[in-house]
Amino acid sequence: MDKKVSVKVCLGTTCFVMGSANLQELIEIVPAKYGDKVEVSGVPCLGLCSIDWEFSKAPYVKVDEDVVKEATVEKVLKAIDEKLK
Amino acid sequence: MAMNTNAPKQTSHLKREILVRLIRAYLSDNFEENTRLIPFDMRPKGSEVPYRCCIYKEREILRDRTVAGLGCSIEETDDSTLLSELAHKSLEREVPEENPLTVLTTACKGCVPARIYVTDLCQGCVARPCVNTCKFGAISVQNGKSVIDPEKCKNCGMCVQVCPYQAITKIIVPCESACPVGAINKGEDGHAKIDFDKCISCGKCVSACPFGAVHEKSQIIDVLKTIKSGKKVIAMLAPAIMGQLPCTPTQLREAIMKLGFADVYEVAQGADVTTRNEAKEFVERMENGAEFMTTSCCAGYNELIAKHLPEIKPFVSETKTPLYYTAEIVKKDYPDAVTVFFSPCVAKRREALQNPNVDYVLNYEEVGAWFIALNIQVDSCGESSFKTEASAEGRNYAQTGGVAKAVQSMLPEEIPAHPVIIDGLNKQSIRDLKKYAKNGICDIGNLIEVMACQGGCLGGNATVNSYKAASKQLGAYVSQSKSIKETEDEN
Repeated sequence: MDKKVSVKVCLGTTCFVMGSANLQELIEIVPAKYGDKVEVSGVPCLGLCSIDWEFSKAPYVKVDEDVVKEATVEKVLKAIDEKLK
Repeated sequence: MAMNTNAPKQTSHLKREILVRLIRAYLSDNFEENTRLIPFDMRPKGSEVPYRCCIYKEREILRDRTVAGLGCSIEETDDSTLLSELAHKSLEREVPEENPLTVLTTACKGCVPARIYVTDLCQGCVARPCVNTCKFGAISVQNGKSVIDPEKCKNCGMCVQVCPYQAITKIIVPCESACPVGAINKGEDGHAKIDFDKCISCGKCVSACPFGAVHEKSQIIDVLKTIKSGKKVIAMLAPAIMGQLPCTPTQLREAIMKLGFADVYEVAQGADVTTRNEAKEFVERMENGAEFMTTSCCAGYNELIAKHLPEIKPFVSETKTPLYYTAEIVKKDYPDAVTVFFSPCVAKRREALQNPNVDYVLNYEEVGAWFIALNIQVDSCGESSFKTEASAEGRNYAQTGGVAKAVQSMLPEEIPAHPVIIDGLNKQSIRDLKKYAKNGICDIGNLIEVMACQGGCLGGNATVNSYKAASKQLGAYVSQSKSIKETEDEN
């Protein structure tokens, strides 16, 4: 079986306040849409906001090794679709 | 259950980014100059123009948003005033401004006035139900399409309902349609304007505007300044905050201490006083033959009573709000302290202005921005417990139905309450309240809990977490807390 796509929603304080609070719905949407092909979880701070004080690009989501900046539900689903192509 | 009606996401992002930059500017060695530079730092030369026509307009709008972040009125500030001058002015301010909301006129132009509009889908049919239904003779068919005469149209919407092609639509202005009391309207110049004689500060326009044009005037600089001056500053946390950030309540307490607060209280502690007093009052009123009583803890509702619904006053509980009792306790413990209420909504800013024991109000967006500015990771903070443990019922005040449930838990069996929950003020629920007041009776119950926001305080305009997640997180905290009767036995 193919390797699963991994989706990590950063729930560090910066990402949470800048919008990942609203990405928590991915944790329900993704399994419903992709079944067990994708593994999604909320994770502690990924450390991406502190690089060069890039808090304004938060919230961050990691889809495998790719970083989605200013993530929205739509952007993350698109990134997952790319991976599954 | 209530839907999450939090502010459109992108506008919240902008507002929060500005707050973070403002706090950083304040903490830097040149507050005034670094404040002036905020729009340029956010849109440097050659950067993308995500929302507006050009980079100059982007910067101008960011400048206006920064004006609100400094606690000033956008409407009353001259365009030529530099942000650095306003930053300086914000440091000299002794008390916050009276009206807590301000509208960004430059961002507001996008909306067309509310009206009924015939789209291209109109087939110019033979039946012409729109023409026949219109009581005002406002519709005629010209060149095979229905045309509405704006002079005659009363916006009743009948034609919208009868068109078999769904070709007629009602164009709404989101802020106008969200406002339950008709306090915000587009003026002749096309800009929204708030009539503060009518405004109840419920914050619905803040959440509704897709341009994020309505802003709260922030008091963040006032609070930063007070802490820097070395005064003892005490935080009072409204119950809703316990569902707002990704950490435990005891970690949150520690994180707030790191911001420079001398002590942190849960307003749920004051809610316990409200519950006891309100239950007593309910019993007295019922024994004296009253038909119903409404709660009195929601600041938006209290503004509604004062400005639009005086006839319900005799039925409103005279018990004070949880914030009132908490502030009283804090001022007894620390007579010289400055108090800051951590609020989910804008309405509490009005309540604070009327209460000498509450000095400032910060909302959850501002608190969150402050954590970002200081790089505080809330879930890595240590744990420290509150000196007084509030009850499960008090902590549950933030949820719709929580207040009525708390009061109910303290009632004797022979005087039962039949709660009626007003889950959000809107035109319909205000009509209902008017009816109860006029008839002196509420036909569906005797204890009316009124929450201005759908979902209770967790649906407040300045919340950070989504409603569902916040409700779950707060619920977990409530379920591990002692009941009010247990805490009573201990005290």
